[in-house]
Amino acid sequence: MKSEAAIKFPLQDEVGPDTRGADVLVQALEREGVDVVFAYPGGASMELHQALTRSKKIRTILPRFEQGGGFMAHGYARATGRASVCMATSGPGATNLVTCIADAFMDSIPMIAITGQVYQQFIGKAAFQETDFFGMTLPIVKHSYLVLKKEDLPRIVKEAFHIATSGRPGPVVIDIPKDVQQAIWQPTFPATIDLPGYKVDKPIANDDRLLPVLDAICDAKRPVLYIGGGIISAEAHEDLRLFAEATGLPVASTLMGLGGFDSEHPQSLYWFGMHGTVAGNWAVCDSDLLICAGARFDDRITGKVDKFAPDAKIIHIDIDASEHNKNKRVDHAVHSDVKHALSRLNALIKETGFTKPDLREWYSIIDGWKKEHPFSYEESEHILQQEAIEVLYQESKGQALITTGVGQHQMWAAQFYRFREPRTYISSLGLGTMGFGLPAALGAKVARPDKLVVDIDGDGSFLMNVQELATAKIEKIDVKVLLLNNQHLGMVVQWEDLMYESVRGQTILSDPDNIGGPDNPSGIYPDFVKIAEGFGIKSRRVFKRSELREAIREMIDHDGSYLLDVIVPYTEHVLPMIKQGFSAKDILIK
Amino acid sequence: MRHIISILVENKFGVLARIAGMFSGRGFNIETLNVGPMMDGERSRITATIIGDSGALDQAIKQLGKLINVIEVTEFTSAQAVERELVMVKVQAEANKRSEIVQICDIFRAKIIDVGNDSMNVEMTGNANKVTAFLNLIQPYGIEELARTGSVALKRG
Repeated sequence: MKSEAAIKFPLQDEVGPDTRGADVLVQALEREGVDVVFAYPGGASMELHQALTRSKKIRTILPRFEQGGGFMAHGYARATGRASVCMATSGPGATNLVTCIADAFMDSIPMIAITGQVYQQFIGKAAFQETDFFGMTLPIVKHSYLVLKKEDLPRIVKEAFHIATSGRPGPVVIDIPKDVQQAIWQPTFPATIDLPGYKVDKPIANDDRLLPVLDAICDAKRPVLYIGGGIISAEAHEDLRLFAEATGLPVASTLMGLGGFDSEHPQSLYWFGMHGTVAGNWAVCDSDLLICAGARFDDRITGKVDKFAPDAKIIHIDIDASEHNKNKRVDHAVHSDVKHALSRLNALIKETGFTKPDLREWYSIIDGWKKEHPFSYEESEHILQQEAIEVLYQESKGQALITTGVGQHQMWAAQFYRFREPRTYISSLGLGTMGFGLPAALGAKVARPDKLVVDIDGDGSFLMNVQELATAKIEKIDVKVLLLNNQHLGMVVQWEDLMYESVRGQTILSDPDNIGGPDNPSGIYPDFVKIAEGFGIKSRRVFKRSELREAIREMIDHDGSYLLDVIVPYTEHVLPMIKQGFSAKDILIK
Repeated sequence: MRHIISILVENKFGVLARIAGMFSGRGFNIETLNVGPMMDGERSRITATIIGDSGALDQAIKQLGKLINVIEVTEFTSAQAVERELVMVKVQAEANKRSEIVQICDIFRAKIIDVGNDSMNVEMTGNANKVTAFLNLIQPYGIEELARTGSVALKRG
C-alpha cells in the first residue's frame, strides 16, 4: 500500500501576528509572487515604501515620474503575462498613473496600481494631495478598491490579482488610506476568495458552438483567420499554429497579436489594418469566411465598418461576450477562452475526420499580392527610418524584444522588424500613448534580463519620458534606444501632407526658423547626445548610411544602456495606408 | 424603446457609481433608477428603466455583466414583468377643490396621507401608464411638489 495521504485538507486561512498595515500589504504582494514593484514615494505612500525596505523578496524600482513607473509595470506584464505592480502616492502621484491605467485597460494588460490615500478622516475634505482616485478611475479599470476597513486588505490584494489576470485581463486599482497603512492588527490571509459576480472568469465553449466553425471552413473558398492580442494573453500561439496548419487557413494578425503567429510562416499574411500588408488587408476584404480569434474589430483594423469583409461569413471567438457584435455584426459568436476553443477545435479535427479545404486557388491570389506588395521603401542618400530598423533586425538576428513610442516609427518597427514569437513587440496600441517606449523597455528588461531590449522611438515620443534614462542608469537596467530623429511629429506631419496641404500645426520640434535634419545638422534640437551624457548614458549620433550598421553593432555590443540618435528626414510616409473612414480597397500604396 | 433592467449586485462601496457610469459612458440616459437591499443585507437589487435601441441595450447588458460586483442582470419587456412605481404628490387643495381631488384619488386607488390648510399629500402606486394618467388629472389643481421612486419590477409567474 502506498502511504500517500488519503484525506485532502481544505485550504486554511492563515492568521499572522500583530503587523502594521503597510507590511500586511507587502506580505500579501509576496504571497502573490510579486518580485518587483515600480514605485514613486510621497506623503501618503511612504509608509508602504518603509515596508518595502523590509522585504527580502521584492525589488523596488524608483522611476523618475509616476507615469514612467506605470509604463514599466506595463512592459513587465506584457513581457511575462504576469500581473505587475506600480505604486504612487495620493493626489498628483495617483493622477500621474491615470494614463497608464487607461492604457492597460485598452490593451487588456494585467496591472495592479496601488495608491496611497489621505487618512480616512480627511477623505472628502479637500485635504492636501487628496483626489477621489477611486471615482476618477472608474471607467478605465477592470475593478477597483478603496480600502475602508483594514481587515479587508489581504483579501482585496488576493482578489485584485485574481481579477487582473483571469478572464480578459485588465488593470485593478487599490487605493489605501494612510490610517490603514499605519494600523496594527493580526491579519487573516484568506486561502480562497468568493466573488459571486465573477464566477465565469474562463468561459469554455462546448462542441455545439465549435463544430459549425469546422463546417464553415469545409465550405469556404477564401477563408482567413484574423488573430489579435487574445492569442498572446491566452498563451494560445502553439494551439493557433496547429489549427492554422491543420486547416490551411491564411493568418492575418492585428498589431496586438504580433508574434502570435510566426511572420515567416508560409500561411502568414503578417499584420493588417491602417498600415498593414496589402495582402492581409485585401485577403480579409475579399474573404468569404473570416474567423476572428481574440480580437475586437477595432476601427484601425476595419476602416469603414460596412465595407470590412463585406461578403464574409464572420465567426468571432472571444472570451469577452461584450465584444460580440459590438463593432461589427457577426454570424456566429463563440464565447470562449481562445486557447480552449483552438485546442478543442484541433481535437475535433482529429476526431471528426475533417478534410482540409482545397485553397490552392486562394493562395495563388494571396501569394501574388504578397509578392507584388511587400513592405518596401525607396532608398535615399540619407538613412531612412525603415533602413535603420531593417539593419537592427539583421544585427540583432531578430532576437530582440522591441518596445516603441507612438507614431510613424511604431508602424515601421512593426513592418521592418519581423516578429516571430509572442511578447516581443510591446507597444501602446489601443490608447496610443506617446512616451511609452523607454519605460516599457525598462520594465520588459527587468522581466527578461536574458533578452536584448530595444526601444525603437521617435524624437517626439522619447522626450515625453526621457527622465527614465536616470532609472536605467541608477537601477543598472540595460536597454538600448534606437531614436529615429526626424525633428517632427512624423505621423501628424504625414496626415497634414495627405489631408491639410502640408500646413504645419505645431508639428515641428526644432526651431521652425532653422529646422534640423540630415541636410542641416546645426539645426538639430534638442541635443539628445548631451542629454544622455547628462544622465550618464552612452550615446552617439549618426547621419551617414555608411556608419549605420557599425553604430547599431556598437549599440548592441555596449555593456549598459545606449542611446543611438539616428538623424532621418521627416519626408517619409508610412505606406501602405488606409485613410480613416476608407476601406481596404482604397489602400494607398505609393 | 423603453427597457426595464433588473440588476442584482453585491452591496459594496461604489457599485451604484459603476453602474451609473457604465450607462453614461455609453450615452444612455437612465429614465428611472431604484435601489434597495435584499433580505440578507449583502446584496441589493437595482431596477433601471432606459430608452435605447436593442443593439445598444444588448451591449449595455453585457457591459453590466462584466462589472465584478454585478451578480445577475435581467432585462424584461413590460409584458413579462409586473412593474410598479410609488409617487407622492403635494397638490394644492383649497376647501372647495378637495372633494374633486378625493374622487380622482378613489378612482386610482390613491391614498391621502396628509392634509393641510390649502394642500394635500397623496400617495399612489401603479405602473408607468397609471402614474402618468393620474398625474395628468391631478396637474390642473397645481402640483407643488412631486417625488417618485422609479419603477421596480419582478418577473411574472
